[in-house]
Amino acid sequence: MSSATALSWFARHELRLAWREWLAMMTGGRRKRTRVAIIGLIIFAAIMHLPAWAVIGRYADVEAPLDKTSAIVLTSTIFLAFALMLSQAIESVTRVFYARADLDLIMSSPARLANVFSIRIAAIALTVSGMALVLSTPFVDVLVLEGGARWFAAFGVVIAVGITAAALAIAITIALFRLIGPARTRLIAQILAAIIGAGFVIALQIAAILSYGTLSRFAVLTSDAAAAFAPEADSVVWWPARAALGDVGTLLMLLSASLVLLGVVMTIFAPRFADTAASAAAHAVASRQSRGARTFRKGSRQQALRRKEFLLLARDPWLLSQTLMQLLYLVPPALFLWRSFSDSSTAIVLITPVIVMAAGQLAGGLAWLTICGEDAADLVATAPLSPSSVIRAKVEVVLIAIGAVFTPLVAALAILNPLQAAVTACCVLIGAISATAIQLWFRVQAKRSQFRRRQTSSRLATVAEAFTSIGWAATAALALAIPTVAIVSGAITIAILAATWKFSPRRA
Amino acid sequence: MKSEESALALRGLTKRFDRLAVDALDLTVRTGEFYALVGPNGAGKTTTLRMVAGLLKPDAGSVAIFGIDALADPVAAKQVMAWVSDEPMIYDKLTPLEYLEFVAGLWGIEPKVSQGCAHELLSSLGLGPHMNERCEGFSKGMRQKVALAGALVHDPRLIILDEPLTGLDAVSARHVKGLLGERVRGGCTVIMTTHILEVAERMADRIGVIASGRLVAEGTLGELRQQNGHTDTSLEDLFIALVDVKAEAA
Repeated sequence: MSSATALSWFARHELRLAWREWLAMMTGGRRKRTRVAIIGLIIFAAIMHLPAWAVIGRYADVEAPLDKTSAIVLTSTIFLAFALMLSQAIESVTRVFYARADLDLIMSSPARLANVFSIRIAAIALTVSGMALVLSTPFVDVLVLEGGARWFAAFGVVIAVGITAAALAIAITIALFRLIGPARTRLIAQILAAIIGAGFVIALQIAAILSYGTLSRFAVLTSDAAAAFAPEADSVVWWPARAALGDVGTLLMLLSASLVLLGVVMTIFAPRFADTAASAAAHAVASRQSRGARTFRKGSRQQALRRKEFLLLARDPWLLSQTLMQLLYLVPPALFLWRSFSDSSTAIVLITPVIVMAAGQLAGGLAWLTICGEDAADLVATAPLSPSSVIRAKVEVVLIAIGAVFTPLVAALAILNPLQAAVTACCVLIGAISATAIQLWFRVQAKRSQFRRRQTSSRLATVAEAFTSIGWAATAALALAIPTVAIVSGAITIAILAATWKFSPRRA
Repeated sequence: MKSEESALALRGLTKRFDRLAVDALDLTVRTGEFYALVGPNGAGKTTTLRMVAGLLKPDAGSVAIFGIDALADPVAAKQVMAWVSDEPMIYDKLTPLEYLEFVAGLWGIEPKVSQGCAHELLSSLGLGPHMNERCEGFSKGMRQKVALAGALVHDPRLIILDEPLTGLDAVSARHVKGLLGERVRGGCTVIMTTHILEVAERMADRIGVIASGRLVAEGTLGELRQQNGHTDTSLEDLFIALVDVKAEAA
């Protein structure tokens, strides 16, 4: 087989794997569901046009030359997309290094590793850009329908941004390997991905709170201060915005620049990819030493189970990055809370739904890890404990962890507004119990390492978890603002929970 | 035989998946004996043992462990037994010592007793230098040994092992065999499935041959030879003869 043939064969292989992985993610690994998944995706994409229209429909008429405020808003939106893509790309690259599924086979083959890994880098770029294209389609569609065909250029910007994000992700991850070694890179890269993904939005929100006393990010973007600091109209900073508006020359420059960057990354890093992957594999073999021998602790069987769960949660890098993400999202409301101590702004009510929503989401993840993600399922099942006491101990772990994370916030709120604190505490508890109950009804035994895929095991459970979190967050906000409407919102959320239970496999 | 005298008594045990996996199986294992369950792939060995361990619910039949009805009172039955599967299930993020502390806690063993026992077990299995390392970098053999130590740390009266020697090197396999032999000499009952017939031949007091979910022969090696009219054949020859007969009958 010639070198070119071998490369095209490997490219096809990578694309096939990427396609099947995506399909498995959509269908939850059940091949019979492909048609249902495609129909569901089309319906979802169609529905997504409504919020897209609500969010950016008003910007469809924006034309070049851009005024500074429009340029800032558009560029920030593109930068936000870039941050999210970079976050996803860092995760993909880390996965490639640490998942040994086919690395042994590839590295022991007579293929030229630099070429093979160049294709793998290109596949990462393609996957990131492809996903971004799918997600951006409703927004670009709205802009095209409302503002004309020139907005099709936005797809080109998405591709350029995706390629750039993938190239930077590879450079960042390999640099991390060189700087801190494979032992720490995995965790740091995951935390970095979480911070990059959420960081931009949160930074804007913090700036808005500190400068304008509001949670709205647009307050910063549309402010005179931002316009004063922004560069001139011919600056390279505005190229993505200009390209999105249909400036073909700028778009071609952007695409060329991103491809050149990817080429440079391939040339520099593809030969080192093999070394890096080998270091990661060696790290997987090397054991981590825990602190020395200590005495075994006394306690009941349930206590032993709870201790084990807490120990595993504390040592779970995925959970750490997820929790960090949730906590990062709580920084703006916490800051807002702190700022509100000095005045009696009614806007402080906004904090409650954010806290309740975050509690529901975090509880869902924790519940999956403790209830479904049991690596020694046989051991626990053959232990002399009734299944109900095992479940009870695991649920307790979830609620204790939620309590530990959210009690300080609720306590701070209690100093300012005891009634709001009480409502928040109740809804945090109900939200956490609801998310845990959904995980219990839909539980499927899995390995903890499958945490990333937890949402694919049951679409219904995922949707129900999201809707109940939103439902309890809305109920909490309404209970403080319009109590009578809160009864309706609460009833709807209970109805969603009841319907979820009715369709759950545990009931069947 | 009264059920109290036997470590395990199965009566009419039946399990059906898409086909009949275990077919009204009757089996008795005496207290303090080393019992090997052998049979071809898909014969129903693992399904039988998983039902005994409480991991699968039988469709029909009864399971008695030291006279305890395991279906009516599973917690009491589990208190006296241990299960080790062929695929070692341990926690990557725990060290062997932490794992054993957890297992001992689940079985409600006094920490003073379990701590000494855990150190002794890990050392005897050659895991002494690794007892404070997280299991994530362990080989399959090391993981198998950690799982085995977990099964022994609560000093069970009945140990059920599904292919315990798979993935172990010769030295480790000898360690494990020695450890199991010691337990049997101490009065513990061991039931083990194995594909390595030489192990069954050398270690087991009695051997049960299972095919298509039914016990087709049982006894000591001598008894099995006698039952089949051979005087000087290996277990392997006997096994092939027995399984072939069963396959022809089916």
